[in-house]
Amino acid sequence: MSAFDPITHRLRHGCQTMSFPTGQAPALPDRHGGTLRIEATKCAEGCTACLPVCPTLAVTRPPGKSVALDLGKCIFCDACVKECPTQAITQTNDHRMAVRRREDLQLGTIGEEELRLAGALDEKLKKLFGRSLRLRQVSAGGCNACEADVNVLGTIGWDLGRFGIQFVASPRHADGLLITGAVSRNMELALKKTYDAVPSPKIVIAVGACAIAGGPFIGHPQILNGASSVVPVDLFIPGCPPHPLTILDGLLRLLGKAPNVT
Amino acid sequence: MNSICEFLLLSNGTSVPWAEVPEWPAVEFVAATAAEIERGGRLCAWFGVPENAATRLVAVIAFDSENTLAVGRSAPVAKSYPSLTLHHPQAHLFEREVWEQHGLVPEGHPWLKPVRQQNGGHPAVGVFFRVEGVEVHEVSVGPVHAGIIEPGHFRFQCNGEEVLHLEIALGYQHRGVEEALVGGPHLATMSQMETVAGDTTIGHATAYAMILESLAGAEAPLRAQWLRAIALELERLANHTGDLGALANDVAFLPTASSCGKIRGDFLNLTALICGNRFGRGLVHPGGCKYDLETERTTQLLAKLRLSLTEVNQAAEWLWDANSARARFEFTGTISARHAAEIGLVGVSARASGLVRDARFDHPAGWHRFAPVPVAVWPGGDVFARARVRWLEIQRSGKFLEEQLIAPPDGENFTAAALPSGDTLAVALVEGWRGEVCHVALTDSAGIFRRYKIVDPSFHNWIGLEQAMRGQAVSDFPICNKSFNLSYCGFDL
Repeated sequence: MSAFDPITHRLRHGCQTMSFPTGQAPALPDRHGGTLRIEATKCAEGCTACLPVCPTLAVTRPPGKSVALDLGKCIFCDACVKECPTQAITQTNDHRMAVRRREDLQLGTIGEEELRLAGALDEKLKKLFGRSLRLRQVSAGGCNACEADVNVLGTIGWDLGRFGIQFVASPRHADGLLITGAVSRNMELALKKTYDAVPSPKIVIAVGACAIAGGPFIGHPQILNGASSVVPVDLFIPGCPPHPLTILDGLLRLLGKAPNVT
Repeated sequence: MNSICEFLLLSNGTSVPWAEVPEWPAVEFVAATAAEIERGGRLCAWFGVPENAATRLVAVIAFDSENTLAVGRSAPVAKSYPSLTLHHPQAHLFEREVWEQHGLVPEGHPWLKPVRQQNGGHPAVGVFFRVEGVEVHEVSVGPVHAGIIEPGHFRFQCNGEEVLHLEIALGYQHRGVEEALVGGPHLATMSQMETVAGDTTIGHATAYAMILESLAGAEAPLRAQWLRAIALELERLANHTGDLGALANDVAFLPTASSCGKIRGDFLNLTALICGNRFGRGLVHPGGCKYDLETERTTQLLAKLRLSLTEVNQAAEWLWDANSARARFEFTGTISARHAAEIGLVGVSARASGLVRDARFDHPAGWHRFAPVPVAVWPGGDVFARARVRWLEIQRSGKFLEEQLIAPPDGENFTAAALPSGDTLAVALVEGWRGEVCHVALTDSAGIFRRYKIVDPSFHNWIGLEQAMRGQAVSDFPICNKSFNLSYCGFDL
């Protein structure tokens, strides 16, 4: 190999970083399905077909009420979508899923068919973090899929650094935490200590179904059903794991840099 | 097979009635297991099955060159048994695990301490091996690491730069997977299997599906077996490519690092093309696969695959041609073939020490019975060898996929599996990208899980990383670690 080989190769390829968010977002895989939408008015009287197929009890129908879907618990297996006889639960193919409040992931009430997507940090925090956000990542009972798709944002295709976002090697250097995993009891202390070691003001981002509510392991005595059990969470990014585009959208929303698409 | 083998023989992906599994009193059982290992066997799994107030020990042995598995069990043991580790170090962690889970003491075990459970606060609290000396110092790392990585605690005993000993304490990721399986399968079981080690979704999901199918006395349709084999190789391609990039990154060789980072994502996208999820979630189910690969999709997959293979070929060539990178990999973190066999390494780490050990080849099940994959072996046992085996496997997985994608079998993709039979033991091995994924299930009389044992390849291999670090500079830890790239959650379950 000549030392010029990689250089000529790079020149031939040009810039491999995607044009998003200035340009179009890359398409989700056609079988991905994106986030879910629920129209409880379409539910047949007394129908509970979707309930027994949900592996994480994300779909519920309290007696006398319409069906409700908690996208924080959802692992997007689409079993309910396939089971629903009236198309009350549908896939939207929309990659945007991040919210600021846990309750914004609850769908089903009339008028709340869709997610209430995350807004930006308040002006003070946006001023502090908007141009430079350093995050410490803590995997606390994660399966290494959320971790992998957070990692991918650092590759040349996504280049997270261009938004001023960077993962750092010490909580002391960080402005906040990005947490993956259901928070195993064995990680509770380490997570708490890491959080305490981050200087204030600080933010916490929970990535993936596990970090929001326990994911496939919800209810296991060995876990704490998500990051909120230990630390206050400022951004929830659903998915199992969330697509890198979903994670990026969440981070950009927080910093007020998400493209204005409807 | 030697005719004096006393264990019950079975092949990968099959099941046997629990009553037919031969039984010995504990002392004789340990001796019988040792004898099987001495005749060329290898310990795939060693675990306890609670029975009343006592526990039965079960051993699953692989005779790789004979393409067969063997299983035996002990009579119920209440307190202790003579340690197998004294004769066969590959049993060391299994015996610690049985001690932790069932309280059985392996008498004479040289280093009996918890594997992953709480031990007075958090997992790493406990005794660590210490090297004494005026100039000896200890380096303590983790559980939270300096990157986007899972947690674990490492203790290095160092003399200057040289690492005399490394001990790794895990358990931080413990989510109670095996415990939850008792009384199953449950509604969430399939999703939990897919996330035992999320980067090995296809490997673990396939092993689980094979278990349920064999317990039901059925097989998945051929087309589903074909699709599982394809997904398994895509998983291997993505992870091996990522590992080559990570190794290059750790020696600051950025052309390969940045290229492989991107190509890894492209391979993940090929899995997403099949099922919508980059890690293959929702594809494999007991009874078959939930998605099909239609002709048009196959054509698309093949075209993208070829492009990515060309790119990874280019990125790897830069790495192999760079003397400065090679010099960092060669003779770093060496494990000899004999050593690897003794401690029971599997997968890439075993093959990089020259051991011919690959479940796809040694214990073919599913589609691998019809489409064999050659074993990629490299002598040396160092970081270079582990990188090189990955590269050989990238090439062979690519070729396998190119051959298979143009010759799909016809037929159904899914048939609902029958209910599992009762009082039956089933074993499934799948060669995941890290190595052998082993699942063993035992049902009760009603056909529900009485015990379910999962052995991720990382369970065998963490000791390999510890041993590889002996005599190395502590600054070589990152490349040694990346060259093994083991799973924390797969170990911690």
